[in-house]
Amino acid sequence: MFLLLVLIPLFLVLLLNLNLYKVNYKIAVLIAGLFSLFQMFFIFSPNFFSTGLVDLLSLRFECDGISWIMLFSIAIVSFAAICVLYASETIASGKKFHFVNLVLLALAGMNGLVFVRDIFSIYVFIEIIAATSYVLIALDKTKKSLEASFKYLVISSVATVMMLSAVAILFMAAGSTDFIKVAQMYKEYGANPLIVVASVFFIVGLFIKGGVMPFHGWLPDAYSASPNPTSVFLAGIVTKTTGIYTLVRLYAIFDFNYSMQLVFLVFGSLSIVIAAIGAINQDNFKRMLAYSSISQVGYIVLAFGSGTILGVFAGMFHLFNHSVFKSLLFVNASALESRVNTNQIHNMSGLASRMPVTSTTSVIAFLSTAGIPPLAGFWSKLLIVLALWFSGNKEFAVLALLASIFTLTYFLIMQKKIFFGQLKEKFNTIKEARFTIRLASLFLCAITILTGLFFPIILNFMAFLFSF
Amino acid sequence: MENLYIHIFLLALIVIISVFAVSHYRIIRGAILLGAVSFLVSISLFMLKAPIAAMFELSVCTGLITVIFISVISLTNPVYAGQKKINEMSMVKKIIILFLIVAVCGFFIYLFDEKNINWIPVMNDAQKTVTTKDSLWNLRHVDLIGQALILLTGIFAVVVLFKKGKEEK
Amino acid sequence: MNAESLILFKFYIMIMPILFIIGIFAVMTAKNIVAIIIGIEIMTKGVTLLLAASGYFGGNPEIAQNFIIVMIIIEVVILTIASGLIVNIVKKYDSLSTKNIRNLKG
Repeated sequence: MFLLLVLIPLFLVLLLNLNLYKVNYKIAVLIAGLFSLFQMFFIFSPNFFSTGLVDLLSLRFECDGISWIMLFSIAIVSFAAICVLYASETIASGKKFHFVNLVLLALAGMNGLVFVRDIFSIYVFIEIIAATSYVLIALDKTKKSLEASFKYLVISSVATVMMLSAVAILFMAAGSTDFIKVAQMYKEYGANPLIVVASVFFIVGLFIKGGVMPFHGWLPDAYSASPNPTSVFLAGIVTKTTGIYTLVRLYAIFDFNYSMQLVFLVFGSLSIVIAAIGAINQDNFKRMLAYSSISQVGYIVLAFGSGTILGVFAGMFHLFNHSVFKSLLFVNASALESRVNTNQIHNMSGLASRMPVTSTTSVIAFLSTAGIPPLAGFWSKLLIVLALWFSGNKEFAVLALLASIFTLTYFLIMQKKIFFGQLKEKFNTIKEARFTIRLASLFLCAITILTGLFFPIILNFMAFLFSF
Repeated sequence: MENLYIHIFLLALIVIISVFAVSHYRIIRGAILLGAVSFLVSISLFMLKAPIAAMFELSVCTGLITVIFISVISLTNPVYAGQKKINEMSMVKKIIILFLIVAVCGFFIYLFDEKNINWIPVMNDAQKTVTTKDSLWNLRHVDLIGQALILLTGIFAVVVLFKKGKEEK
Repeated sequence: MNAESLILFKFYIMIMPILFIIGIFAVMTAKNIVAIIIGIEIMTKGVTLLLAASGYFGGNPEIAQNFIIVMIIIEVVILTIASGLIVNIVKKYDSLSTKNIRNLKG
């Protein structure tokens, strides 16, 4: 049944492009929005985990709890991105149609990625997602977006080559590329220097794709120079799926290796601290959000470094929360840009009185990022700190707590500069953003607040999921 | 024994030609040398008992990719007139690259001596009786869906990137 | 595994880092955008050879062939996207030099 989530986007793309009938771009956007809503509700259906269709075609797909969380995040973020697309005024209508096609293909790729259990198929689906991202970033063909897409292409191809060479060596040692067989091989020959080098190559390749600190070179440019709906899509789910989700699967194969834990701890904390310092001085709103993304991904990697099931669970929960509130922030950034026509922070001030919905949802998203009590971000950060503390890495737990103060600092500065303060003269006639952008903001904000308030119910539900 | 020498000779030739492909100033020569590297890689694949992959590599990489490169360079060529520079930089570059490669070679020969590689369970010269190609492709259905998706992406990429929009004059 | 195969195997394991370093050198010190893509292609050839060697020495040359075919198809699509980007960059800047694409910081 869950195979439908991969096959339906493929059929929709073929249907939309048959050219037997003229398809208006509005109908295409509507169909894509309906599909993402369908995905959001389909994963709650009772026989979602049944494997009838998969056995019929003898594929090697499976769905378990971690895949379920990823599917939910993917559905939410793609819905927000399509809402922003509908209201965008800087992209022509023909290009909006192609945007919908590419987003449907990327959705098929991401849904497929969370189901496969085979290291070569992971490479294939990561390349599908990456190829659609390159075209999505360069969609409006301005100078900056072309340059950002080219840089992303080059750096991501280098990472792909490293990943694939590791896949080749693991394939030779294990005789097959299935997760189970590679895990068995790793138990026997895990200390062999050739296999250690191969694992290091794989992990470095995934770090480059996921934007962890020493290898984050492409990320601020790609997030800030791409058109608005692409930023929401890219920042919300693409980087995290190709980088962090694959790390979790690899971590399970390599059996929670101790030196891998150390690598995660070190690189995670490096990400958190240096990216938080880098975000303080940025002038462009989207670049500041990009550095904040790198910092939060550092939190997720740090959670995985604790080496326990609680750590993995805390990391996945923070991944879900981060995709919700980061896409909320990018939706608001696109709302601001569509009305104020600038991304520079020193040009904006005092917008709270003219754009109430945008400013309120931004404030809630900022507070959730910083980890303030009843919102969702607080619970996930608390779980990360607890997981680190109970697994014996007490100094990293303290570091995670102290770095929250950095997060709070730069977000308070941004909030004051953009939304509060004196209203400038030229902003007196600004209206609120268009209807679909407001809808997306309110929807994401509602998810953040509800996840925070009803946390015990969600905890039980996730414990049920993780029993798979 | 001569099998071993042919392999090593091919690999050495690949390395040398790729060094030349990278360090030339005029990139059309670089693209043609890349085609030559693809041809040699295809022969190597054929000797490693992968005939269908060798045919694929020959037709796609030596043919299609070299043609794509040369067409991209020719499409953008008229802007390139009047930029003749002396070839001195490329000589220095070549020597630096070759030196780095020899250093890496020596390092890796020291790193992996024979006792470390005795872990692989099945180690013969591919004498295993393998099933035919068709039944093996049945094992990897998932990649078929992946290939369909990536080909569709390629089609949309060409449409988006190569078509002139209405607003661009 | 006899000694001769072992030596050959060592050479094949060595070819991948060598081509990788040549490719990275090309990517980092290129004065021309197309040279960057040539560097990426050379790295991909290295991985192709490594995949074929891992199939041959591991006893599974058929499965490795499938991997190589899928990888070549994906590589062609990525190269098409890269050439599309290059053509559009040249339309904006009228030159193939890499100085033009160093504008964004970070």
